[in-house]
Amino acid sequence: METTKLPPSSPSSPTTSFSVPSAEKVDGFPRRSMRRARQRRSHSSSQFRYQSSQVELTPLPLLKDAPVAELHDLFCKKLQQCCVLFDFLDCVADLKGKEIKRAALNELVESVATSRGVLIEPLYPEAIKMISVNIFRTLPPSENPEFDPEEDEPTLEASWPHLQLVYEFFLRFLESPDFQPSMAKRYVDQKFVLQLLELFDSEDPREREYLKTILHRVYGKLLGLRAYIRKQINNIFLRFIYETEHFNGVAELLEILGSIINGFALPLKAEHKQFLVRVLIPLHTAKSLSIFHAQLAYCVVQFMEKDATVTEYIIRGLLKYWPKTCTQKEVMFLGEIEEILDVIEPSQFIRVQEPLFKQIAACISSPHFQVAERALYFWNNEYILSLIEENCQVILPLVFATLYRVSKEHWNQTIVSLIYNVLKTFMEMNSKLFDDLTASYKVEKQNPAVTLKK
Amino acid sequence: AAEEGGPCQSKMAGADGDDSLYPIAVLIDELRNEDVQLRLNSIKKLSTIALALGVERTRTELLPFLTDTIYDEDEVLLALAEQLGNFTMLVGGPEYVHCLLPPLESLATVEETVVRDKAVESLRKISQEHSPVDLEVHFEPLVKRLASGDWFTSRTSACGLFSVCYPRVSSTVKAEIRQHFRTLCSDDTPMVRRAAASKLGEFAKVLELDYVKSDIISLFTALASDEQDSVRLLAVEACVSIATLLPQEDLETLVMPTLRQAAEDKSWRVRYMVADKFSELQKAVGPEITKNDLVPAFQNLLKDCEAEVRAAAANKVKEFCENLPEDNREQIIMTHILPCVKELVSDTNQHVKSALASVIMGLSTILGKDNTIEHLLPLFLAQLKDECPEVRLNIISNLDCVNEVIGIRQLSQSLLPAIVELAEDAKWRVRLAIIEYMPLLAGQLGVEFFDEKLNTLCMAWLIDHVYAIREAATCNLMKLVEKFGAEWAQNTIVPKVLGMANDPNYLHRMTTLFCINVIVHCCGYPYREITTKQMLPVVLKMSNDQVANVRFNVAKSLQKIGPVLDSNALQTEVKPVLEKLASDTDMDVKYFAQEAISGECLSSSTIVDKLNT
Repeated sequence: METTKLPPSSPSSPTTSFSVPSAEKVDGFPRRSMRRARQRRSHSSSQFRYQSSQVELTPLPLLKDAPVAELHDLFCKKLQQCCVLFDFLDCVADLKGKEIKRAALNELVESVATSRGVLIEPLYPEAIKMISVNIFRTLPPSENPEFDPEEDEPTLEASWPHLQLVYEFFLRFLESPDFQPSMAKRYVDQKFVLQLLELFDSEDPREREYLKTILHRVYGKLLGLRAYIRKQINNIFLRFIYETEHFNGVAELLEILGSIINGFALPLKAEHKQFLVRVLIPLHTAKSLSIFHAQLAYCVVQFMEKDATVTEYIIRGLLKYWPKTCTQKEVMFLGEIEEILDVIEPSQFIRVQEPLFKQIAACISSPHFQVAERALYFWNNEYILSLIEENCQVILPLVFATLYRVSKEHWNQTIVSLIYNVLKTFMEMNSKLFDDLTASYKVEKQNPAVTLKK
Repeated sequence: AAEEGGPCQSKMAGADGDDSLYPIAVLIDELRNEDVQLRLNSIKKLSTIALALGVERTRTELLPFLTDTIYDEDEVLLALAEQLGNFTMLVGGPEYVHCLLPPLESLATVEETVVRDKAVESLRKISQEHSPVDLEVHFEPLVKRLASGDWFTSRTSACGLFSVCYPRVSSTVKAEIRQHFRTLCSDDTPMVRRAAASKLGEFAKVLELDYVKSDIISLFTALASDEQDSVRLLAVEACVSIATLLPQEDLETLVMPTLRQAAEDKSWRVRYMVADKFSELQKAVGPEITKNDLVPAFQNLLKDCEAEVRAAAANKVKEFCENLPEDNREQIIMTHILPCVKELVSDTNQHVKSALASVIMGLSTILGKDNTIEHLLPLFLAQLKDECPEVRLNIISNLDCVNEVIGIRQLSQSLLPAIVELAEDAKWRVRLAIIEYMPLLAGQLGVEFFDEKLNTLCMAWLIDHVYAIREAATCNLMKLVEKFGAEWAQNTIVPKVLGMANDPNYLHRMTTLFCINVIVHCCGYPYREITTKQMLPVVLKMSNDQVANVRFNVAKSLQKIGPVLDSNALQTEVKPVLEKLASDTDMDVKYFAQEAISGECLSSSTIVDKLNT
């Protein structure tokens, strides 16, 4: 079985496709981009190889026509029929068989979604077997080793026409009013869940979307698996952070966690706090942060809303991992800080204000105007402004010198005018303090030795 | 300065007014500075601080202080972990080396992998400096603490420390160590199992053979069938060491079932690892098992459904064939391996083809002249025509192997079109790569063939649109002249190079100068006629060029040519031109002209003069 779809080379034909008319080679580069438009490639996993011999499928009678007495038997036969796998890279291979399986899957989906009383106990192992055979596979190597989820087109799963229906069936199965967790838990076990979690690394976003919903349902219905699922997600994240820096499904897993955190009982267990401090906060260091930052920030804020005492861990954690060279990430961090400050308790704010505003001052003096701008926007936020006002005595001395200096030096006019507004706000808040600081700033500037002696 | 004067600062920072300690006080102050860079600089000078403090204060004050800084930035911690590995003498020698364990123990538990790995590296290093007693009293308990730590990071670090203490402790402690290692191999966290799997081979090496058979094999089997493929693939690496340790008669029962299973693993990552380690595995299991088991396994890997695996296996084709038992090597290659290789030549994936192309030529020495001509030559020729330039390049870059067996002439018919095509490839990196092989090809094909077929190409590169190509082509000329001699240069290269001096494109005119620079260099004194009679006049004439870049390159060239000219030519021809350039309107031209004038060759008598007298 060939798994890649590059056109076969014909050794006899000389490669003319690369030669470029000399007129075009003025600068050595062809006028037209040589990089061939990236085709939407699709990929199929190696599982196909492990099927010993191809079985010829024959259509079975329709489920809706079956007499009640034979319905379960027929349902079971259809499930078994759907265990046959097809080669989707060869798009013309065994079209008849593919169509029979597709039709059968459609029928199964519909049946489980609409009719009551279909899901009886003997069908559970058969259904889970069919799902496992179809979805569990070693994901293929990425076609593009430097795959950048933001720039590149993902490689799509070739067998999606069948796979989608299998996922759909699984979802309907879990959501069916007849679904009995007590029966399912014998087949949807730890090993099953582990394999399900590994699939989140799929490059195909459609697959990850299904997985997200499905895992959410599993977490919701099979209570015995919850701790295990959390632990395995932990492991996936730790591996992502400290070992591989590569996992396609981080955003999806975080989205599920967001709602899991929402349901945590109070007081927070040590396990959950550890997850926050040792997994969620370090996730901020990832190179690909932008892909899952929204979901991550949501999780962090959820934690704070649950239990305000974690605020200090969070802010100090973010300050520890504050980006040093990547301004794009710095803007994301500032966004997250604002989300956090939006819900922070004033008592917690006091605990972190010093290191936090030192960092904010550093951001304001960033030569990158987007960073400075993002930091200065904090003063447009009513709630943050009220916190600053209450603690003006501490905060103003921390940021004053920076504001004063940057207002004179920054190359970007927008920043300069934003700073004027901030200075004006401070002046109105506490004119006495403001004047004192202005005076001492000027003295220090004229006589740097005073600062040194201090 | 730091506000809170810790015990370290007040006592160490030379409060007694000793001026000689002042720089040290500054370094110590910087250890607690807010600026990471300053802290980092200070940590990197830690040995200086320790030396100044003396061994006792290092032990009692500096080390406790450092143990407290473990909450610093990872960068600082990394530097600290590295420094501490070289600190033995600074704390008073092996007798006191255990003082270094507390800070390193903390460093071995941090999250950041590079810091932890460095801490483990330093711990391994200083473990050797412990006496057997200290090893049991101080070091081994540390390993145990790490091995039973709560968080996975400490357990991961422990995995790397078992093998360094095992050989030097008593048998009771040995039994404990084995038990700890066993526990970690079945740890709950895959990170720890991965760490254990990656150290399994190393640990097996220090164990007594009986324990290898009783303990290691079961751990190996368990890790090789772990639920995570990231663990299973590490067991493949261990397989090599384990197989090397065991006597031949045990391999079949203890190792082979697992190895066979790995070669057929459902995860391509594991199969890839098997392919990647194939030569090592082959050596470890010996010729008999290779014949019976590895040959079919290798065939399967060459036909694997994942291109990654095929490419890894293709990379090993030559090594595998070379290491086959000589008695039936040829037969195995011809009947089992070659058919697979033939298929790979027309593989759908270019990485597979190019991996194969990088080794396939090596088969000719193994198979000999007749087989090469009959079976391999068609494959070489097919790959020379491959659509992917990398494949063709890999063939061309390995021509020397074939040259020894059948001579390159057999290939020259196909070689030429392949070279020409690569030489004109639209991607400049491909052109650059083929230029680099030109001297090698020229040497193998001979001057006659070269003049007839390749010379034009080499000259065409000089007027390429990409500077990197022109630069490489210039360098290529130098190597060719070195190979074929100055006389050849005079007849074939120099006229063409000098012809370009009148080119309407100033970039080409500059290329003339660059070429002259290198030709002068490699023709040297005996052929200085070429320089004085042919090249110098052209260079001098170019000093009137309209483009400033050409003019200042004239100045640079004159500086380079200077040493091979006699003082007469220098004074009467070169000097006036440089003086004229030195008063040029362009400041760069002026600058380089003055540089050239102040160069030695104009002021004193030249080497040439000395040789003449």
